[in-house]
Amino acid sequence: MKVLVPVKRVIDYNVKARVKADGSGVDLANVKMSMNPFDEISVEQAVRMKEAGTATEVIIASIGPAAAQETIRTALAMGGDRGILVKTDQTVEPLAVAKILKAITEQEGADIVILGKQAIDDDSNQTGQMLAALLGRSQATFASEVKIDGDKAEVTREVDGGLQTIRVQLPTVITVDLRLNEPRYASLPNIMKARKKPIDEKTPEDFGVDITPRLKVLKTTEPPTRAAGVKVESVQELVAKLRNEAGVI
Amino acid sequence: MGTLVVADHDNTNLSDATAKVVSAAKQLGGDVHILVAGQNCGSVADASAKLDGVTKVLLADDAIYSARLAENVAELVVGLMGDYDAVLSSATTMSKNFMPRVAALMDVAQISEIVKVEAPDTFVRPIYAGNAMQTVQSSDAKKVITVRTTTFQAVGQGGSAAVEKIAAAKDPGLSEYVGDRLSESARPQLTSAKIIISGGRGMQSGDNFKLVEAVADKLKAAVGASRAAVDAGYAANDMQVGQTGKVVAPELYIAVGISGAIQHLAGMKDSKVIVAINKDEEAPIFQVSDYGLVADLFKALPELEAELTKLGL
Ligand SMILES: Cc1cc2nc3c(=O)[nH]c(=O)nc-3n(C[C@H](O)[C@H](O)[C@H](O)COP(=O)(O)OP(=O)(O)OC[C@H]3O[C@@H](n4cnc5c(N)ncnc54)[C@H](O)[C@@H]3O)c2cc1C
Ligand SMILES: Cc1cc2nc3c(=O)[nH]c(=O)nc-3n(C[C@H](O)[C@H](O)[C@H](O)COP(=O)(O)OP(=O)(O)OC[C@H]3O[C@@H](n4cnc5c(N)ncnc54)[C@H](O)[C@@H]3O)c2cc1C
Repeated sequence: MKVLVPVKRVIDYNVKARVKADGSGVDLANVKMSMNPFDEISVEQAVRMKEAGTATEVIIASIGPAAAQETIRTALAMGGDRGILVKTDQTVEPLAVAKILKAITEQEGADIVILGKQAIDDDSNQTGQMLAALLGRSQATFASEVKIDGDKAEVTREVDGGLQTIRVQLPTVITVDLRLNEPRYASLPNIMKARKKPIDEKTPEDFGVDITPRLKVLKTTEPPTRAAGVKVESVQELVAKLRNEAGVI
Repeated sequence: MGTLVVADHDNTNLSDATAKVVSAAKQLGGDVHILVAGQNCGSVADASAKLDGVTKVLLADDAIYSARLAENVAELVVGLMGDYDAVLSSATTMSKNFMPRVAALMDVAQISEIVKVEAPDTFVRPIYAGNAMQTVQSSDAKKVITVRTTTFQAVGQGGSAAVEKIAAAKDPGLSEYVGDRLSESARPQLTSAKIIISGGRGMQSGDNFKLVEAVADKLKAAVGASRAAVDAGYAANDMQVGQTGKVVAPELYIAVGISGAIQHLAGMKDSKVIVAINKDEEAPIFQVSDYGLVADLFKALPELEAELTKLGL
């Protein structure tokens, strides 16, 4: 079966985002960008399925600016077979991303789509669920374990109270959580090989998707900052301060 | 027309989160109704009916909602949305699962994890792990919104809304519930606790979390963890505090053996008072702490427990 893995280019997780002084957004100029860490976990899952013989092909897709090509290359170096870049310099909200991914899923006949549970820039946590809805498919979100069994998948999910296991009908859409696997590092030979793997270039118009945003960003501001407090010398002093000064115990 | 709030519950108890979502819903103006979808969940409907400002409770009691599978709940909610301008739910794993599905089926953008209502179409939400706050205005006719409950006060419980039973929607038959492994704990829940003490990689083992638990018991606190502690198997996944775990804002948050990565801070920096215990005086966690103690946690935690005992706790 074919697996589609959408990957997003985002600010590197080690970088602290800074708000632009004019409130127009977050400053991404000269900031290190990387693949959304959850998407590395999705790619790893797909590649393992291919290695296990469950998947026949792993297709990587990204929607974003020309530089998102690098993110696709990274995924190809991890073991993806080929890429699709849907190029746009506009803002693409999760609903529009999901509509484009729906078109790709149908065109490619992908049986399973594996996405990250959330992108660490917008923190929306929506795209996979929206895609499943648009395709009329089952969904298995926040996965920490995935077992494919005939025309069903048994997925264990990280939920607020602990873990939940569900069985979903294939074809399906899966979103991954942190504990599903530890993504591999691409080896140098594989990075070289990935340069030769094909990447198709498309535009949102090619799929007939209107990406006009539904949300207008009025402003972006800094959150209130916390001032560092004091250092205490001992546990006794700490407890005294919590009781008498802060009044919280 | 008004707002539909989808209740978060376990078929027996209504989550504290829902009373906070109602408070956000009231700010949109118009009637506030609550939908309780579950099985044998009459007690949840009764608790919902008591929330101040709620004028009606819709109860869909059916086996297909027993585990609140996303496909099933989304189908039900979408069918009701002809009567409402907006649907709100808490930013818990239950709602994060079905709400985007509702949004996509209605062809509207979901607005995730709002922390403030500026106007019925304008909301503030954190992005980039809370390092930026975005004010967004929605052009969709109907709104689908998840609410970060740490910033909204729960409404009171003086209400007495009518409970109306409604029929189940059709069963999409796409998924089935297999089982749960829920963490059992007599301690308060992370998202509603007044005091939280969390351990990080510095704890070195799951067994050492006993030191944290001993202090938690004195303070009637919930126990949390960093991602590193969860990944290493010292703590359960549902204990993870942070950008991609639970967001908490207790009166007191005590971070023990946690360095203070961006992703961890995103989940706890709105706590009223923050205490850090770390042996590295340069640890970034001290930059957000009201009280910092540079110490070896293996010495500090037993001392803390003893000191609290002296206070009669
Ligand atoms: C040039 C550019 C500028 C932008 N500027 C803004 C802005 O200022 N404000 C704003 O709110 N949004 C902006 N966006 C849109 C935004 O970055 C996201 O693409 C969109 O909002 C999805 O939200 P999310 O990533 O939080 O979704 P989530 O639902 O959290 O993402 C979950 C998963 O969906 C998949 N996914 C999401 N997006 C993509 C993608 N583009 N390609 C492939 N897979 C994807 C990934 O697997 C990801 O792990 C911009 C986009 C572009 C291309
Ligand atoms: C996509 C993504 C999502 C993430 N989401 C989250 C999230 O939701 N929540 C989260 O917490 N992290 C998250 N992280 C991980 C985050 O980046 C950090 O790696 C993690 O928070 C580190 O955990 P830690 O502070 O326990 O460990 P470390 O950074 O290793 O810090 C351990 C600390 O313990 C101290 N210490 C060691 N021994 C002792 C001792 N004996 N006494 C006192 N102090 C001691 C050390 O000085 C050090 O400061 C995420 C990362 C990614 C990439």
